[in-house]
Amino acid sequence: MSALLDAASWILLAAGGFFCIVGGIGVLRMPDFYTRLHAAGVNDTLGAGLLLLGLILQAGWSLVAAKLAIIGLLLFFANPAASHALAKAALARGVRPVLDGEAQPSKR
Amino acid sequence: MFAVAATALLATLILLLARAVLGPTVFDRLLAANATGTVAVLLLAVIGFLAGRPDFLDLAIVYGLLNVVGTIAVLKFFHYGGLGE
Repeated sequence: MSALLDAASWILLAAGGFFCIVGGIGVLRMPDFYTRLHAAGVNDTLGAGLLLLGLILQAGWSLVAAKLAIIGLLLFFANPAASHALAKAALARGVRPVLDGEAQPSKR
Repeated sequence: MFAVAATALLATLILLLARAVLGPTVFDRLLAANATGTVAVLLLAVIGFLAGRPDFLDLAIVYGLLNVVGTIAVLKFFHYGGLGE
């Protein structure tokens, strides 16, 4: 049972790290502010969720697991609010999204 | 295994830092700073397990709270041109 839990938590930790790197690459490579915001969402949901779940499996039933769950809930509620505020502030200050026709003017 | 997760988080931090340096608008830099805060919380949690000292989780909680408050404050400043009265 312990080996099974260890294997599951290792898989979750590796997947969380993978999705964090994917989110980082997306933030660096995407062409537009709003698409970068979308890529950062991967980081906040899948990366953080899987990593914290893997750590909870390592911690077992203890205060450490409760603290990890608190961190998870905090990220779960706070990060969408921050993303929403970012998008709203950017739109209000005149950052326009890059549309398909503007990116490739030769197709028109 | 914790070392692998910590390495992945450090690589993510480097990518986010590159975006914060390159970012054309202030919102790109702010997005990178916010994501950096999230990744730093995760890195603190993982380092706590890596070092065998789960006390780092308290630091991670405090860091997450400060990250949210800081991001919302800076956004309000750039949205309304001031922090309000």
